[in-house]
Amino acid sequence: MTPPAAPRLYGVMGEFSDPATLIGAVRAARAEGWRSLDAFTPFPIEELSEALDLAPSRMPLIVLLGATLGGLLGYGLQYWTAVIDYPLNVGGRPDHSWPAFIPVTFELTILGGGLAAVLGMLALNRLPMPYHPLFGVERFALASRDRFFLCLEARDPGFEPVGAAALLRRLGAREVWEVEA
Amino acid sequence: MKPAAPAPLLAPGHTYATVTDHISSMVLARTPRWWTLAFAGAFLLFLLFLFAVSWLFTKGIGVWGVNVPVAWGWAIVNLVWWIGIGHAGTLISAVLLLFRQEWRNSINRFAEAMTLFAVACAGLYPILHLGRPEVAYWLFPYPNAMGLWPQFRSPLVWDVFAIGTYATVSLLFWFVGLIPDLATLRDRARRPLARIAYGVLAMGWRGSARHWHNHEAAYLLLAGLATPLVISVHSVVSLDFAVSALPGWHTTVFPPYFVAGAIYSGFAMVLTLALPLRWAFKLHDFITPRHLSAIAKVMLATGLIVAYGYLMEVFMAWYSTNPFERFVTVNRATGPYALQFWLLIACNVIAPQVLWFRRARASPKLLFALSLVVNLGMWLERYVIVVTSLHRDFLPSSWGMYSGTIWDWMTFLGSIGLFLTLFLLFIRFLPLISIFEMRALVPEAKRAGEAP
Repeated sequence: MTPPAAPRLYGVMGEFSDPATLIGAVRAARAEGWRSLDAFTPFPIEELSEALDLAPSRMPLIVLLGATLGGLLGYGLQYWTAVIDYPLNVGGRPDHSWPAFIPVTFELTILGGGLAAVLGMLALNRLPMPYHPLFGVERFALASRDRFFLCLEARDPGFEPVGAAALLRRLGAREVWEVEA
Repeated sequence: MKPAAPAPLLAPGHTYATVTDHISSMVLARTPRWWTLAFAGAFLLFLLFLFAVSWLFTKGIGVWGVNVPVAWGWAIVNLVWWIGIGHAGTLISAVLLLFRQEWRNSINRFAEAMTLFAVACAGLYPILHLGRPEVAYWLFPYPNAMGLWPQFRSPLVWDVFAIGTYATVSLLFWFVGLIPDLATLRDRARRPLARIAYGVLAMGWRGSARHWHNHEAAYLLLAGLATPLVISVHSVVSLDFAVSALPGWHTTVFPPYFVAGAIYSGFAMVLTLALPLRWAFKLHDFITPRHLSAIAKVMLATGLIVAYGYLMEVFMAWYSTNPFERFVTVNRATGPYALQFWLLIACNVIAPQVLWFRRARASPKLLFALSLVVNLGMWLERYVIVVTSLHRDFLPSSWGMYSGTIWDWMTFLGSIGLFLTLFLLFIRFLPLISIFEMRALVPEAKRAGEAP
């Protein structure tokens, strides 16, 4: 007895009980040609980034830009206020007394870099994202405890639910679900 | 012969599940009775703070006993003391992360919270000391109808930026580390309100490999950014003193020796907080004797640097041949504040020498007592620095004496109440140990790293 129209799928997800099996499964799935897939783990695993062939994170560039911008703004602010807008003679020192401007420039460099790191990380990870189809799978809550998940996504050109589920089972998944979009 | 393997950082027998369950249950279980009692006590002290500050605002800073020549009293002592305490949190979370010191994983979260709350207490003091706290925002550069800008050549303005940046970056670092743990709480909370609150804060974290990829990079970069802050914040605070032309303050040893003192007092505060928490939440599996010993060693090392700083101050006073410097140095040890001076030497230089002994480093009771002694010593150090240099002005006709009033006591004890109130709220509502970083210490996780 099938429903009138099969629900649109986000993908097929399998649960694994240890990281080594998950890493092996990711490697095998990629070897079979899967490109739209993602793994979910309770803690960071470096080998996974490698197995998924993720490009190096763009975080360093973002932080460099943020820090540079912060530093330039910091020095510019001090130069403009102390030299142009409000020159004040303190003990005969030059208006552009740059060594005294270094501490604030330094602090604002760090501040710019720190803000860029957090906002950049959230943007690259597409967070905040209050809803995601994967949250529909009840067992997925264990991805933040002690279970490891691999999702083969429907947007992969070779996606076909039955084959994907069979592949996950073959690679050691304890349980497999179809994730509704 | 192979050296013995170091003691494990996590008691044997733990799995991802047990680590997660133990730490999250501290937040999700019913409120323990000791917490309610402790919170009531802390909140009472906080009310004392509000009372003392209300009186201060009504009458003015004269109630603090500050006057010429000693115009900087307890408020500045407390500012330096609190901000120094914060430094250990940043050192633990950032510097030890970069050095891959895995023992930090079980203490970094609450040490970072300690930093945040200590900086919050510190930041209040200069504002209270302004006399016109309602115009504290004048410290920030913003276009205004007066056509004025802050004086960027002044260390006091550097302080605003140093402490402001420090507070912001510490908060960001803490929050980035919390996101995966907030997701854990979201997934494990039963009550709808808690699920929604943690869910909103976790922002939809799914633990995807792509999330972790960027998260790890951001976390390391933030650690790299916070590391120079460990050095810079207290250096800038010390410049408030060192840039002045006052004997006893005008010295180049101040920045490094303030930083060492900050880390010293901060680690003492970490012990002051860690030992009761370890007992109350039964965290012996996570905060092992190896952690206590490592903290004790850091305290011993930084304590020795501080002692070297004291020695150099004396040496430079003699070597400079400046009669005023020499007078201040002799006056500290033999003048009207000699008691405070020798008490500080006893607390900061003599007492920590017991840490050379392994048995002392293994005794939680002794470490707890020592941490209180060091905290007292570091407070006295700042008291001696602030007061002794000021009370003997260049002209004997301007000499004076200073002591804190009952309002100073109430404000100081009250700020401890503010700190404890915030800290107790933190341990009740957020995981006080980083769950995801502890999972990485589980033996199975270590093995996964070696998988083909």
